[in-house]
Amino acid sequence: MNKKSIFISVAGILLLAFALATVIYKNHQSAQGTSGGRNQSVTERQGAPVKGPADARVTIVEFFDPACGTCADFYPLVKKLIDQYPGKVRVMMRYAPLHTGSDEVVKMLEAAHLQGKFFPALELLFNNQQRWIVNHVSQPMRARGILNGLSLDHEKLDTDMNSPGVSEAIQQDVQDGQALNVRATPEFLVNGRPLPSFGYKQLSQLVKEAVDEAY
Amino acid sequence: MDSKDINPGTNNGWMLLFTVWVLVTVATLGSLFFSEVMGVPICTLCWYQRVAMYPLVLILGIGLLPYDPKVLRYATGFAGVGWLIALFHVLLVAGIIPKNVQPCVQGIPCTETHISLLGFLNIPMLSLLTFTVIGVLLFYTHRMEPS
Repeated sequence: MNKKSIFISVAGILLLAFALATVIYKNHQSAQGTSGGRNQSVTERQGAPVKGPADARVTIVEFFDPACGTCADFYPLVKKLIDQYPGKVRVMMRYAPLHTGSDEVVKMLEAAHLQGKFFPALELLFNNQQRWIVNHVSQPMRARGILNGLSLDHEKLDTDMNSPGVSEAIQQDVQDGQALNVRATPEFLVNGRPLPSFGYKQLSQLVKEAVDEAY
Repeated sequence: MDSKDINPGTNNGWMLLFTVWVLVTVATLGSLFFSEVMGVPICTLCWYQRVAMYPLVLILGIGLLPYDPKVLRYATGFAGVGWLIALFHVLLVAGIIPKNVQPCVQGIPCTETHISLLGFLNIPMLSLLTFTVIGVLLFYTHRMEPS
């Protein structure tokens, strides 16, 4: 065999091995995903902020970071999905503060949640991300300033932020996120099942399947 | 090219360099598998090592067909820089270099390792090992070439 054919055949073998490994890995992943989904005790947390009816049989669990631009982009879609299947779908928001500085910001959100204002606070932060995130780093002081626009007990918010209850809730989310291998946000689990691949369509499809299954 | 094939030294040089090419291609595809297929996050230091590793696939490939021993010079530069960054990364993971000098941001600390083979082979270690083998092979190729 001359050099050229050695080179080309080895290159071909390596590429083929890569493609094969990818296919095998993906199949292995989806086999795991369909076998009953994930353990509910890890995916859901009692008392976490929920939008949608409590008795909905389809639960979207979203691990999010308030500083994550893609989470803000997905938020309208998630709301749309709840409206699209009235009474059947709810979303549970769980904290995954992966950005630097976000740990302080999720404390504010959890404290707002104690006053029933989680979603207004979240929307405010999502809509004004450019005002409190500088070079992908959260600026908690600026975020707090933006939350001043909410009508709630601000003194209580500031005390609650640093209460043990709030940090326990966040700690639980972070722990469960690690157990579920959440490395990027947003991470969605629909009735415990992860997205086959990341994207708007995939989320809509997964929710549709779950609704068809449950109702 | 055919007349050069008669020279046994040059032939061995080509084979050695070809081995290096296989190595860098496996390393490139492997790292792409980790990040793109398995979804392992990439820290800044890993990117710098990729910058040194990936071009070798092209540079060596071009230098092999037809064989041009001058490619050694270019490959050595990339391998050397990659080796230094890999060494820094390994020392950082091992805790020998203190954590506060690490250049990583955005929640992907370079001191965190995700994959561990045989208990000690994490990705930075694999990278250092690969760059070391590349360096050794390039050195032997250099000795084999009369240039």
